[in-house]
Amino acid sequence: MILRRPLLWLILALAALFVWLPLRNHDVALREDLILVAVAIILTSNLNLMIGYTGYVNFGHIVFYGLGGYVGLYLATVLNWNLIVAALIAGVTVSVLALLFGLGILRLRGAYFALATIGVLVAVQAFVANFEPWGRSTGMYVSFASYAPLGGARRALWITYYLIIGVMALSLVLSLGIRRSKFGLGLFAIREDEDAAIVLGVNATVYKAIIYSVSAFLPAVAGALMFFKNGMIDPSIAFEYMLSLEGIVMLMLGGQGTVAGSALGGALYERLRSYLLTSPRLSEFHLVIAGALLLLVVRLAPGGLIGWLYRLVPRSREVVE
Amino acid sequence: MSGILASMIDGLLIGSVYGLAAMGLSLIWGVMDVINLTHGSMIALGMFGMYLLFSATASNAYFLLAPLIVVGLVLGIIVYWLAVNWVVDRPILMSLLSTFAVNMVVIGLGTAIWSTSPYNVNFSVPGITVGEYTFTGNHIAAASSAVVIALLLELFLRRTRAGKAIRAVADNRAAAELMGISSTRVLMVAFAIGIALAMASGALVSTLFPFTILSGAGYQLKSFVVTVLAGLGKPFGALIAGVLLGLLEGAVSPFIAVSWIPLIEFGLFVVVLIAFPRGIFGKATA
Repeated sequence: MILRRPLLWLILALAALFVWLPLRNHDVALREDLILVAVAIILTSNLNLMIGYTGYVNFGHIVFYGLGGYVGLYLATVLNWNLIVAALIAGVTVSVLALLFGLGILRLRGAYFALATIGVLVAVQAFVANFEPWGRSTGMYVSFASYAPLGGARRALWITYYLIIGVMALSLVLSLGIRRSKFGLGLFAIREDEDAAIVLGVNATVYKAIIYSVSAFLPAVAGALMFFKNGMIDPSIAFEYMLSLEGIVMLMLGGQGTVAGSALGGALYERLRSYLLTSPRLSEFHLVIAGALLLLVVRLAPGGLIGWLYRLVPRSREVVE
Repeated sequence: MSGILASMIDGLLIGSVYGLAAMGLSLIWGVMDVINLTHGSMIALGMFGMYLLFSATASNAYFLLAPLIVVGLVLGIIVYWLAVNWVVDRPILMSLLSTFAVNMVVIGLGTAIWSTSPYNVNFSVPGITVGEYTFTGNHIAAASSAVVIALLLELFLRRTRAGKAIRAVADNRAAAELMGISSTRVLMVAFAIGIALAMASGALVSTLFPFTILSGAGYQLKSFVVTVLAGLGKPFGALIAGVLLGLLEGAVSPFIAVSWIPLIEFGLFVVVLIAFPRGIFGKATA
């Protein structure tokens, strides 16, 4: 039973903490820091479904986030739909697109799939940059009137913050649920040996397409909320290749294949990046430091921080998984 | 009509530089089954290497290729021992991440040194005029340089002992080792050549267009497209596929906005990946 898992309660406690911390003093700066951490966790934990669970490297994971942002923003601000409805429809739309696409590109394995995901990212970005209704390369702005149904801009920002925390908690619970399910076992079997899994009766094509589509849903919802909060979107910030790659760094840092690892890696890397970017002396070198860190993790601790913890305290595995 | 022809010829010239870049990626991928994500940053280093050397010596830019290739070989050996040697034969994720980490470090250092503002190499070769069209001398010189380097590589792979060893290891590493070939050294040499090719192509690009430290990424993506079109581990096929890609760009650019080109290229890329997973020039079976 998932209710018996200590990690479930840890996730809910984490979400409660995220809600309580900025609310205590109405600390807007802290809220802005935490929202970035939450988005990092959402992206990393959903990416983990592909890389960690299924063993398929997705370089273009950010395409879900960006596309979700576009669909959501278009519905919420151009058509003036309710934000939550717009975000959900964005999630469903992107998931369906991912399912259709996944059935095609998931016939590829290993490195070929990884390269195809880069192709998808660049092609979608190029399409959006030329798509007239979405403002081509200048993107779209949230009109101030769209904040009115949520009780003004100030309240709207808090509401989107809580919604994003909710999406974060859902992402982690989803990861945990899949991990404990028969479906999850099928994915692990594909990761270990796809041919053997097929022989044993795992319908690999369907499983892979479903997980690809599932891993698109919550990032797309988060994208819709986040770009609504930021007030604008354009193709270069929505489909930032670097952010897509940094997601992989986060996952490796925390420990791929584990729920706690994806959350830990996302949170730590995001904080590290913010610290380096704002530090006057180190901001120029943030990529250098992140790159060196990644090299060290991959080389010395391929299991990431969580793998290291498991080796140090073997019993912790019981609690964390 | 002749406008399209001129545009296609120009695309063909630039395409041979794409091909040269892709040869480096294809060689490394084919020989050691590592997708070299440092490729883009090495192309960028080639651009800036050319910029520095040209500013210092003010000699013919195309003669500076030789010292840059030597620098590329040395750099390749360093990167090989730093990030590649221990990921050979590990899961693909490991080699992707470790080369990507080096890429981040190089781009980070480059950004700190040169920022992301554009640079250019101010060198020009007189062009050739045919009727009302003039073909830029630099495009012709860069394309010829690319073809010469590609032919030299092909000769090296076919005719020399070291080149044959590389092909043997690419074909079947275990068997090559049984024949007394030190595969570590062969992999190192192949990697170094791959990096040198990336730098050479970057150096050539720097004589054609302005560039920033981030420009390498776009050429890396084109190299992926070209490598996949050609099929893995076929360096010379990569040159031809590069020329085809350039030709395609040249053929469509008079008709549509430049910003649509990535969509066409990568749409083609994904379709080719799915329809011909072993490349257009690849064999039908494994």
